[in-house]
Amino acid sequence: MTQTDGRALRLFVLIVVIGGLVFPIVAGLWETLRAAFGKLPAIGAETWTLAHWDRLFALPGVATSVKLTLWTGSAATLLSLLLASAAAAAWHGRFANAGIVRVLGPFLAVPHAALAIGLAFLIAPSGWIVRLVSPWATGWTLPPDVATVHDPMGLALILGLTIKEAPFLLLVMLSALSQLPVRAQLAAGRALGYGPTMVWLKVILPQAYPLIRLPVLVVLSFSFSVVDMAIILGPSNPPVLSVAVTRWFFAPDTTLIPAAAAAALLQTGAVLAGCGGWFAGERLVAALGRLWVLRGGRGGSGDGRAVASATMVLVLGLGALSLTALLLWSFAWRWPFPLALPESWSLRGWAWTNGGWGGAFLNTSLIGLVTTAIALLLAICWLEGEDRGGWQRARWALGLIYLPLLVPQIAFLYGLSVVFLRLGLSGGMVAVVWAQSLFVFPYVMIALSDPWRALDQRHFRSAAALGAGPFRRLWAVKLPILLGPVLVAAAIGFAVSVAQYLPTLFLGAGRVATLTTEAVTLSSGSDRRVTGVYAVLQAALPLLAYAAALFLPAILHRNRRGLKGGAA
Amino acid sequence: MSALELRDVVIRPRTGGDALFAPLTVTVPAGTITTVMGPSGIGKSTLIDFIGGHLAPDFVASGSVALNGLDVTGMPAEARRIGILFQDALLFPHLSVGENLGFGLSAEIRGRSARRAAVDAALDQAGLGGLHDRDPATLSGGQRARAALMRTLLAGPRALLLDEPFSRLDPALRQDVRGFVFDHIRTRSIPVLMVSHDAADAEDARGPIVSL
Repeated sequence: MTQTDGRALRLFVLIVVIGGLVFPIVAGLWETLRAAFGKLPAIGAETWTLAHWDRLFALPGVATSVKLTLWTGSAATLLSLLLASAAAAAWHGRFANAGIVRVLGPFLAVPHAALAIGLAFLIAPSGWIVRLVSPWATGWTLPPDVATVHDPMGLALILGLTIKEAPFLLLVMLSALSQLPVRAQLAAGRALGYGPTMVWLKVILPQAYPLIRLPVLVVLSFSFSVVDMAIILGPSNPPVLSVAVTRWFFAPDTTLIPAAAAAALLQTGAVLAGCGGWFAGERLVAALGRLWVLRGGRGGSGDGRAVASATMVLVLGLGALSLTALLLWSFAWRWPFPLALPESWSLRGWAWTNGGWGGAFLNTSLIGLVTTAIALLLAICWLEGEDRGGWQRARWALGLIYLPLLVPQIAFLYGLSVVFLRLGLSGGMVAVVWAQSLFVFPYVMIALSDPWRALDQRHFRSAAALGAGPFRRLWAVKLPILLGPVLVAAAIGFAVSVAQYLPTLFLGAGRVATLTTEAVTLSSGSDRRVTGVYAVLQAALPLLAYAAALFLPAILHRNRRGLKGGAA
Repeated sequence: MSALELRDVVIRPRTGGDALFAPLTVTVPAGTITTVMGPSGIGKSTLIDFIGGHLAPDFVASGSVALNGLDVTGMPAEARRIGILFQDALLFPHLSVGENLGFGLSAEIRGRSARRAAVDAALDQAGLGGLHDRDPATLSGGQRARAALMRTLLAGPRALLLDEPFSRLDPALRQDVRGFVFDHIRTRSIPVLMVSHDAADAEDARGPIVSL
């Protein structure tokens, strides 16, 4: 095969990625920047000015919002990383990775909003946990007057983020560990007299961390910028910065928009500062860790794996209970405090006509399917283009893939809506699908890349030697062998799409209602039954996609032993 | 003239450095099995890749490959009609044994029943009769090797490359499979080039031997 193979394909992918992915982000950032400094022709603002920054800093609670953002984002990321590292040490080599992936899969698939609503149902003063222990243990016949959700410290938000991000980082960590000779190094370390926990801390984690650094940064950036979960669980007045920015953008007073744009830039600054702080922390830990390692302390034979396992199981258990609480509420009719279970049940919340979840359901499914199809097609073209040219993934290409995940959404989504308005795309499905694809594509690409590259290339030489051209090699050999990973990537893409809140809100201009936008809106209301229905549906769609991704290959390839190990 | 001709073939790493072996010029006439011998690591498999059109981008090559008088050096692998048997059988894991053979079977044979008949005949010849619907992962090493040969031959190759095809088989099977493969190849009267580091392979092939 020559270097020119697939050049047209690579050119096509490059054009689509530049035009479809880089352009919206850059143009969106630019428009937000212009608005923040006074250029927003839509509301008649035509002159460069710093006045909007003054107005921003005069808004009540800005400083608190920034502090809350830095605190909740860093704490959630650090906690998730610690939990994931400890659980990885406890579970690696003890359980098959495929089994762990199956357990964690649902936690990754469930959207942030659904999980947050479920967690609120669980830990609120009138939530399921209090109901389960009242009044027999607590004596409470009325919900206690404590803010366990929307608490001013953001603890509920940190917990919610951790339940979502720790399983993700655990998965990433396990995949990193599979690239390291863990067993041999554990043996070598223990032969030198180090306890197992010490070998993990001093030998294995320092090697694994660089492999998961990029996903950790994604979690960090996400935790700083998350909006839906912060609306549902986070402090309410003042909220974290991302929520405040969203409120200002959608405030009835449109003259607030330039200040909101300035706040969006401030949000970007907060993320950059957070990343900077994180880098500094990495260096400090590395330097101190080196000193610690060189002192040669062996540690005892005791190992902390039981504690690590228990903590992770507790976190996963909270997640599972949250989802159960959603399900209970969606079928509840009368559920007075402090009964542990509903007094009477009803399907009324599920009635198709009641409040009309049907429209949101169809919108969500349609947007999810189209977005996933686009992202999958582009990812396959990209990977196939690399294959045909025999290319390794360049660093800039990796940067391109991660770009939408590292730039805070809110910093360019408003600007992008301005651009789309000019292009006449605003407020429609096309705009929403486009905006969601920006976030779906990276995840699909990341999910598909490793299995794609792990393929035995000799199969394709073999096919070529049998006379199969490049298209037939892709269609009849590569994709069928990759059926499992392709479907898993699609399920992940679909889950990401279903979970999108801000892109739908900004680019749909409030006119495209999805399960996520509706669930977030309803979560501030008082009817847990209707909220429960929306949240259950929001969680069910990705779970169904995920189940299909696991079962379809198992059925289609039921007589193909050669595909069972590596493919899933 | 029916032959596979290599002229002044030189392969070196793209990053620079020495050529893998001295410039190689060989003519492999139809109906013979020519063996290229050499220690492992010298680039025998890379030579096979080059002839078949599969050279990895880490290598650059000069020289030419001609098949039956036609220069195929610049052609894509699938257009060369040069079959390869690898160390591993490399049956496609998502297809049944018979479907694997069907994948190889030349598209010139049309019609579902004609194609099925051709595949079944090949399976019978290989002593694999009745295994059409079997999962290739459940075959024994010898069965897999025979199925891979049949898949390759059904494509109607004009030349055949053997990349140490018996080295992964255990010694008891090796002679058996080698006899089966060589017997089938000889009936085709096409040029065959084998690379190997096993003197017994070369001896059985009863053809010219080239040392790298």
